Amino acid sequence: MIIAVSSQGPGLASSIDPRFGRAAGFVVIDTDTDEHSYFDNEQNLQLAQGAGIQAAQNVAKTGAQAILTGHVGPKAFLALDKGKIQIFLGASGTVAEALEAYKNGTMQPASAPDKQGHW
Amino acid sequence: MRIAIASGKGGTGKTTVVANLAVHLKNSKHSVAVADCDVEEPNLHLFLNPHLDIEKTAVVPIPEVDNELCTGDDCGLCAQLCRFKSLILMAGEVMVFPELCHGCGLCTLACPEKAITEGSRAIGVVRSGKANCIPFTEGEMKIGEAMAPPLIEEVKAASPQCDIELIDCPPGTSCPVIKALDGVDFAVLVTEPTPFGLHDLDLAVLTLRQLRIPFGVVINRDGMGNSCVHDYLNREKITLLGAIPHSLKAAQAYSKGLLHVGNVEGFDDHYAKLWENIQQSIGEARS
Ligand code: SF4
Ligand code: SF4
Repeated sequence: MIIAVSSQGPGLASSIDPRFGRAAGFVVIDTDTDEHSYFDNEQNLQLAQGAGIQAAQNVAKTGAQAILTGHVGPKAFLALDKGKIQIFLGASGTVAEALEAYKNGTMQPASAPDKQGHW
Repeated sequence: MRIAIASGKGGTGKTTVVANLAVHLKNSKHSVAVADCDVEEPNLHLFLNPHLDIEKTAVVPIPEVDNELCTGDDCGLCAQLCRFKSLILMAGEVMVFPELCHGCGLCTLACPEKAITEGSRAIGVVRSGKANCIPFTEGEMKIGEAMAPPLIEEVKAASPQCDIELIDCPPGTSCPVIKALDGVDFAVLVTEPTPFGLHDLDLAVLTLRQLRIPFGVVINRDGMGNSCVHDYLNREKITLLGAIPHSLKAAQAYSKGLLHVGNVEGFDDHYAKLWENIQQSIGEARS
């Protein structure tokens, strides 16, 4: 399964970026092969509006079925939901730590956005 | 002739100036109309108590996608082209986020499959009527709505043609103000004689210079702060159109919801003088 994690840097040791739409980038991990890649979210950081839904579209393109992040706004939530991408909120620490928490089942999938706008 | 009343920020007394100037003009037998373009927080009606009997819903066009015709992942053109990022392709379908859409119509034109048609979305209302014989128009945006410019355009379009049209601008210097200022002949900037007032005045001056709209400044509550604004106007060679004094009687009238013109001694003269100076400045700007 493919999992995307919002991150401040390119590797498993990078810190989580708690923002979704305005995250620095995303580390994308294939849990079957343990391979990971990174795409930066630079372009979206500049957007006046719609950063959350653009990020959702880009995450969907990676084939991710789940996203681990800190917070998600309502529009991004709708978009991820439509793409059937599960959302796990409240991630903290490093990418590897969030992944670990996810695998241990200590992160619950969110059923609603936890922020209004601009995330 | 369209005259905008603007200020770099809220709370400088811009709306008081519009209301009093309008009444002064009507009293001196001018044909005058007012339009409250501060659609996020219209409050000119509080000063002029208009009777508003016409209400119209303002809408903006939004795209509606027919998924039968749309080729989704094979195309994606609309999502690529929209510069307001209000469409995305998700799970093979186009998803529209109406609150982000500016109604530019580009996606409808660009769609190779003719899968997009124009729907509409209400962004607020435009109301019009009369305040003591002065034609009055205002707009009010829906809560949570962000598309002020198209609503402002509708308010201006609904305002009847009179010899003098006063436009009460939204505060600030962003898109809504630019829209309110579009097509005006002259702008009156209202400020307060304080360092805060000066800071925001300076931003408003920059905006008007960029838009090449002739303007002058009115100092409201003159005497309450310091001379920084006066010094600035001298330095920048900006016309001082008038100075409305800081007065206890004026503040008392204000707190009772009364206009200064006709109620506070001496204020009729201040507004008469202000109007004279505005006319003179407009004349100079034209020559
Ligand atoms: S009408 Fe314009 S702003 Fe709205 S979705 Fe289409 S391209 Fe984007
Ligand atoms: S441009 Fe038309 S066909 Fe292409 S993705 Fe958009 S709606 Fe579908």
